[in-house]
Amino acid sequence: MRTSQIRLLAGGAVLALAAAGCGGGSSGGGGGGASSPGVTKTSITIGSTQPLTGVAAPGYSEIAPAAKAYFDFINSNGGINGRQIIYKYVDDGYDPSKTVTQTKKLILTDKVFAIFNALGTPTHEQVVDFLNQQKVPDLFVASGCLCWDDKAKHPYTFGWQTDYTVEGKILGDYIKKNFAGKKIAYFYQNDDFGQDGIKGLDMEIPSSQVVTKQAYQVGNIDIKSQAQKLAASKADLVVSFSVPAYTALLKLNLLKLGYNPKLAVSNVGSDPITLSGLLEAFAKQGGAKVNGNQLIQGIITDGYISSPADPSNSWIQLFKQIHDKYIAKLPFDGNVLYGMAVAYTFAEALKAAGANPTRNGIVKAIENGLPQGPGTVPFRFSSSSHAGFTGAQIGVITGDAIKLTGTPQTTDDGSGPITPSTATQPTAPSNGIPPS
Amino acid sequence: MFRFVNLALGGVSNGMIYAAVALSLVMIWRSTRIVNFAAGGMLMFTTFIGWDLVQVHNVNYWAALAVATLSGLIIGGVAERVLVRPVETGPPLNPVIVTLGLLIALEALAGMIWGNSQSHSYPPAYDFRGYTAGSHHLFFAPNDLFIVITVAAIVVLLYLLFQRTALGLRMRAAAFNPEVSRLLGVRVGRLLTLGWAVSAAVGAVAGVLAAGTSTGYVQPTGPFDALLVYGFTAAVIGGLDSPAGAVVGGLSLGLLLSWADSYIDNNIEPMYALVILVAVLMVRPNGLFARAAARRV
Amino acid sequence: MADDELRLQPENPMDRASQAPRTASSTDRYGVLSRSTLLRHTLFAVVGILLLWLMVKSFSASTNQELQLIPAYICAAIGLTLLVGLSGQISLGHGAFMMVGAYTFALLWPKWQLHPNLTIIGAFAAAVVVSAVAGAIVGVAAARLRGPYLAGATLALAVGLPSMTQNEKLSSHLKGSQGLSVPSAPQPHGFDFVQWPLFIGLICCVVLLWFTANLMRSRVGRSMRAVRDDEVAASLSGLSVPGVQVLAFVVSAGWAGLGGALLALANSNASPGAFSVQLSLTLLAAVVIGGLGSLSGAVVGSVFVVMLTNYWAQDLTNALSISSGKVANNLPLLIYGVLLALAMLVAPGGIVGSVRRLIALARPAR
Repeated sequence: MRTSQIRLLAGGAVLALAAAGCGGGSSGGGGGGASSPGVTKTSITIGSTQPLTGVAAPGYSEIAPAAKAYFDFINSNGGINGRQIIYKYVDDGYDPSKTVTQTKKLILTDKVFAIFNALGTPTHEQVVDFLNQQKVPDLFVASGCLCWDDKAKHPYTFGWQTDYTVEGKILGDYIKKNFAGKKIAYFYQNDDFGQDGIKGLDMEIPSSQVVTKQAYQVGNIDIKSQAQKLAASKADLVVSFSVPAYTALLKLNLLKLGYNPKLAVSNVGSDPITLSGLLEAFAKQGGAKVNGNQLIQGIITDGYISSPADPSNSWIQLFKQIHDKYIAKLPFDGNVLYGMAVAYTFAEALKAAGANPTRNGIVKAIENGLPQGPGTVPFRFSSSSHAGFTGAQIGVITGDAIKLTGTPQTTDDGSGPITPSTATQPTAPSNGIPPS
Repeated sequence: MFRFVNLALGGVSNGMIYAAVALSLVMIWRSTRIVNFAAGGMLMFTTFIGWDLVQVHNVNYWAALAVATLSGLIIGGVAERVLVRPVETGPPLNPVIVTLGLLIALEALAGMIWGNSQSHSYPPAYDFRGYTAGSHHLFFAPNDLFIVITVAAIVVLLYLLFQRTALGLRMRAAAFNPEVSRLLGVRVGRLLTLGWAVSAAVGAVAGVLAAGTSTGYVQPTGPFDALLVYGFTAAVIGGLDSPAGAVVGGLSLGLLLSWADSYIDNNIEPMYALVILVAVLMVRPNGLFARAAARRV
Repeated sequence: MADDELRLQPENPMDRASQAPRTASSTDRYGVLSRSTLLRHTLFAVVGILLLWLMVKSFSASTNQELQLIPAYICAAIGLTLLVGLSGQISLGHGAFMMVGAYTFALLWPKWQLHPNLTIIGAFAAAVVVSAVAGAIVGVAAARLRGPYLAGATLALAVGLPSMTQNEKLSSHLKGSQGLSVPSAPQPHGFDFVQWPLFIGLICCVVLLWFTANLMRSRVGRSMRAVRDDEVAASLSGLSVPGVQVLAFVVSAGWAGLGGALLALANSNASPGAFSVQLSLTLLAAVVIGGLGSLSGAVVGSVFVVMLTNYWAQDLTNALSISSGKVANNLPLLIYGVLLALAMLVAPGGIVGSVRRLIALARPAR
């Protein structure tokens, strides 16, 4: 009976065989018992989705290796409470559809204890409901979206970096004071990242000064038309909430049009070494070598952790040592600092979770508050807030790094005032491990 | 009005790049009656080779361009001899699938060698800052002039090759009537391979030029897929049989896209190409220049 | 010289089915089952669903998670193999039809969450219908295009349609690159949260297989084959060639739309990144590698493609001690490319065709 029904069965059998062949690796049976998955007496496994490829990879692909370097450093000194930290990060290409599959794999197949520092606003928004449904701690999301601070809907999710609206307010305040009466234009990523940032800017910059707002879509690297409109607006300053690749594209397209306004860029898109790298090829002409770095001098931005421009800072010294030992091939830039700083915060949280960490336990530990570590402003973690750093400090790109100026400011997402931070940054622990 | 003209200027260099890709496709169609869907992959790969030399090994731009072109010759020739020759005769579906397979394989190889990260940018040959005419800023830069001149030179060279040399005559004969040509002693197989090699070399130059524009990041997928579609559209506009049509098609596509990007929306640019492609195919299925080509032969 | 029309040589497994029906004496052993195609197919569909239910329940959560994408690919592959194998028209743009279905599903179903497990049927149906309409539009244009022109036009569709989500006006509804969120289907008693979407997908596959198997055996299927093999003869015998070709596109696109909806369900998300040119090319690879024109080829090819991309590639690179992520990421694509080219050169029947040939060789000559 050579009919397609046999094929149907054959297809099903093939499916079964194929699946059985691959199901051998991981054992069946869900996580049982009182202890959380991913924790053993000697280790704790955490997972993350990162843009190791794709449009967000320039710069950001260094963050996870830097965090892992810090964990390796801790592991070589005995770990936290006797446990080695195993950090498993996978690539989602900044593509929301891949983020979901990869996250589910981390939870179901790799059975991680928690998701740590998952990167991206559009990407992580797709999995945050799932993670909270499954009661998996979703710690220190690498994004400044306001959406991570929602204890009612997402009790297991915590932010870490200064959120975009706070950043927008602080940048906007600086612009208001230093560019009074001048024409301002916005350039932003057309999703919650850019839109949250614009919200903050609008709270400070008078709308009469804003001459145009141009948005870009992450999938499309042709921003000629937006650049033309920015140039036509003849703005004196362009504020950009963009990832590094698009900051570079913006600069290039504006140059091509012979338009050279002042630029202010969000912290996430302004790392000098990353930008120079992206721009360098274009500054190279017909064989002559031009320093791409020259194109970014004077860009206004902000920061909330110490900067490599200050080598006497105790945290910079600590992290540089770790960098030189474990990831010497990567540049010592803002992305590497970010990775190590957030890893340090996780180590603080793990220590606070005690000798027998559980998923609920680590959540409670963070809600009790964490010391600010390498941050220049304190955290906002509490039983009512899951947001991270409370503010930022204005900086200007000088040479290869961001030179922080003025004093760190703190504010909230709403109409609260911008006030100077009262807390001071602690000194880095001499052994590099968070003190108890 | 000025904006209209300025946008047209801005579309010229892109249009010439599309024309070059279209020429590459037309050459292969004329010789083997196959659309080389792998053209996008080939030119991407050769551009990566050029990029590797320029950015990683700091080789001179011109030397890298020469190497890229040479590698195009090799890749095109090998592809024809090894992959396409066995399916040249037979059902027309087969070469489509073979060239698609080659496209996918090339994209994968490029990703394996150079990674899929999008931080690779290719330097332009000349200044990319536009000329100024009085107080107006033109959307046309020295690098754009270089692109126009280069593609025009390619067109002239190809014309001379095909119309004025004995080799070109043999190539045309081999494409027009392989059986009779074989009888007359023409090494049809070798000439078909040469046709593919030259076509891929033209594509290689187009790829390097495209990468040097300010929207050109070199990556295994993405912009080069779109470039293939635009080149195909340009070739279809002019008629797959006509090199002159390829140039006209490329230029018109460049202009049309530039206007559409600015006046309508630049995010949906590939859809304009689709609309133009379908419109042309519905009205003149064999392209605008079809009659002229038929008469010439 | 070869003309511009795309045709397959009759190295096509489906042709065996179109040969004269067997005589009563040799098939009466199975009675009514051998005479009624519909009944046979239905019986096997029911048995299939039961077997799949058993399978889904017995596999571990992580295995079920691994299998999630397979039903989506199978549905689209069935559509594509119907179009290319049965009606002889090439489409390099099936990813675009999947996208239409996915977005339709993602726009409608989250709003119908009152009885999600019932309304999901309606949402799937909507996805099929809207994609079928898209297929009709493309099919009408395609009926006038032949060979490489059709291939090029559908490639342009595959490249162009995802960019529509970036349009300023549409992006407020379609949410640009971020895409639309799709909630999970609440699992009924007896299933966990990974088993249920997988089971839904597998049921859809069985339904599509049933439908398409019947279609292939019907008059519609025969007219498609007739148009594929010789348009002039078909038209002389009274068939409306454009009508048949458009119908093939309509059905094929509708099935791809269902595949897209399943993809959106599995990914909990409908975004343009999932529907790139790579998807269209991967589908074509799945269909060709599995066996063009054959339903089991579509199934086998889809399983192969999904398992290779998600799991075997990593295992293979680990086994070869290559630690580079670049290699692991791109290995599946390289393999597809090589297999696609090889398939045309060496084994045009794909996996299923080659297996059949081997079986025929192994069997003693009559």
